[in-house]
Amino acid sequence: MKIHEYQAKEIFAAAGIPVPKGQVASTVAEAVSIAEQFGRPVMIKSQVHVGGRGKAGGIQYAENAEAARVWSQKILGMDIKGLMVKKVLVTEAAEIVTESYVGIIIDRAQKKPVIMVSAAGGIDIEEVAAKTPGKIIKLAVDPVTGLKAYQARELASKLYTDMSMIRQAADIIMKLYDVYWKVDASLVEINPLITTPDAKVVALDAKINIDDNGLYRQKEVAAMRDLDAEDSAEMEAREGDLSFVKLSGNIGCIVNGAGLAMATMDLVKHYGGDPANFLDIGGSSNPQKVLTAMRIILRDTNVRAILINIFGGITRCDDVANGIVMAYEQLIPEVPIVVRLTGTNEDKAKIILKKINLESADTLDNVVKKAIELAENDNSAAGRI
Amino acid sequence: MSILINKKTKVIVQGITGRDGSFHAEQMKKYGTNVVGGVTPGKGGTEINGIPVFNSVADAVAKTKANTSVIYVPPPFAVDAIYEAVDAGISLVVCITEGVPANDMLKVYDYVKKHGARLIGPNCPGLISPGESKVGIMPGNIVKKGPVGVISRSGTLTYEAIWALTCAGIGQSTCIGIGGDQIIGTNFLDALALFEADPATKAVVMIGEIGGTDEEQAAAFVKTKMTKPVVGFIAGRMAPPGKRMGHAGAIISGGSGTAKEKIEALNKAGIPVAASPTEIPAFIKDKMKAAEAKKSAKKPKATIKKNVVRTKSKKADGKIKKTAKKKK
Repeated sequence: MKIHEYQAKEIFAAAGIPVPKGQVASTVAEAVSIAEQFGRPVMIKSQVHVGGRGKAGGIQYAENAEAARVWSQKILGMDIKGLMVKKVLVTEAAEIVTESYVGIIIDRAQKKPVIMVSAAGGIDIEEVAAKTPGKIIKLAVDPVTGLKAYQARELASKLYTDMSMIRQAADIIMKLYDVYWKVDASLVEINPLITTPDAKVVALDAKINIDDNGLYRQKEVAAMRDLDAEDSAEMEAREGDLSFVKLSGNIGCIVNGAGLAMATMDLVKHYGGDPANFLDIGGSSNPQKVLTAMRIILRDTNVRAILINIFGGITRCDDVANGIVMAYEQLIPEVPIVVRLTGTNEDKAKIILKKINLESADTLDNVVKKAIELAENDNSAAGRI
Repeated sequence: MSILINKKTKVIVQGITGRDGSFHAEQMKKYGTNVVGGVTPGKGGTEINGIPVFNSVADAVAKTKANTSVIYVPPPFAVDAIYEAVDAGISLVVCITEGVPANDMLKVYDYVKKHGARLIGPNCPGLISPGESKVGIMPGNIVKKGPVGVISRSGTLTYEAIWALTCAGIGQSTCIGIGGDQIIGTNFLDALALFEADPATKAVVMIGEIGGTDEEQAAAFVKTKMTKPVVGFIAGRMAPPGKRMGHAGAIISGGSGTAKEKIEALNKAGIPVAASPTEIPAFIKDKMKAAEAKKSAKKPKATIKKNVVRTKSKKADGKIKKTAKKKK
């Protein structure tokens, strides 16, 4: 799960990491009022779950409240990489002397959290990482004994030569490491970590991604989820306990199991088709899930055919067949559907499916080929619910 | 023969009174697995489907001499269940549970390793040695005993591949689902090494997916250390970057972990990658045939080869031929 910069800064501030003062606004009037309160130049920062906000024009300097009005008007409602800006963070503008980078992620190969620091921070950090990886210093931390103070000092000394700045940065790195564990993060990042003319080290930006698997014990953080900032179909899928990712093609896929769902959409492409989505109904056979899945897919006006691929192991094919019949009768889809059910209780499932007379196929390859053929021949109007 | 589990494996089920635990305990027993007990704190002394229930893993081990545990408890209790199994001296811990926080697993991984145990999973379907034993949730009716080892990060996709093999008349030595999470106890490399050492396994199928670099490391291992042929499959060619594709570990992050990179790495190591799971049996047949041909082609030079092996293995008795084969 992603949270916004202003939320990440709240977590940082609570942990004692210095961040500039700021408040979030959803309207121009709010933004202006916050700027007036500060009575000094501010930054207007779009709050969207995507990188490269600055380059897209979503972060602007405002000399005074009037400039804050102009910029917040432009930024609120702005489209950044397909996401609409609904909130801005109005924060005191800081004078920047240097820009560094500090981040912590899981290193899957080493099975340890890894701290990365670079003196070349700022908006081009990804380019720095790609072109001059040597400029990014990494430290894998023993997850059991944790980060030691001397390690944090060593990392900080790669950023600064001034002893006071090293101390401040080391303290920030220690606290950032604590935040990483405390909120079940999968990533915490400060980019840039700046120094000011009065030699203070400050986190000018903040990014935290939370491990979804940790959310059950992170009630406060889970409550930070911004439903406005998420794709509505993906949200509906999550609530229905499905995994769904939208793609741009025209063949809707309903599959059990994440690996098989990926393989099915790959195969659609392989045989010359184009998948509309990734969708895993999971291991349970709950018919309701099939209904939710089909409703989500049918709402996508690109969809010209639906492919249902179930390999029954623990999932019982007859339960899924009941779900298909239920969905079919409730949603009355005009899009052609092809079904392949194999494995546990396959025979029972075939009898159940006779009620609604759908196309069927016996193997993975055949169901994919059939779906592509159906999508090509489908002339019915799009948008069926 | 098989790897990790066989007829002698004594299994306990942690979370045996839960919905999944009780169902799969029965399924495992039906398959022929030696399920000797179950654990649910507070329900010790009772029985479920004729399987005795204990209050703790330590109790269960003391009474049953179990050496393997399979975990079906909900995510908030899974980490503790793994620690309990390791502390009770269980050598193989299989964690089926999906939803264990990745940062917890960093500590668990370290602990399991330091205590010399082996963990499979979490978020995995477990493993099955056809005709011997199954520990986990894989359907027993799709497997067939034979010479191919199967390793996979997923569940149903593995069943699809196993079923394709079985339909083509190719049996399996052991099928192992290593799990779809970021941090798992046993990775491809570990499982490949076990299959390489198993005399009953003649070839291996590895089914990978996007995210991480386990497949790349496995490819390097296959190229430098493995003598047995390996065939691959990678799921997620169509996955967009930055999106979690069902499994917590199936995510392309920072542009790395793509299917393309993995397929290239596998191909470079001489591992053919199937476009569909149904192509896997043909690939395996070709590879096994080629391996056979290579073996018989080498026969005329056997004397020289033997000498090489003899020097390396520092054994100079009359059983050299056997040793040589094993060493390979």
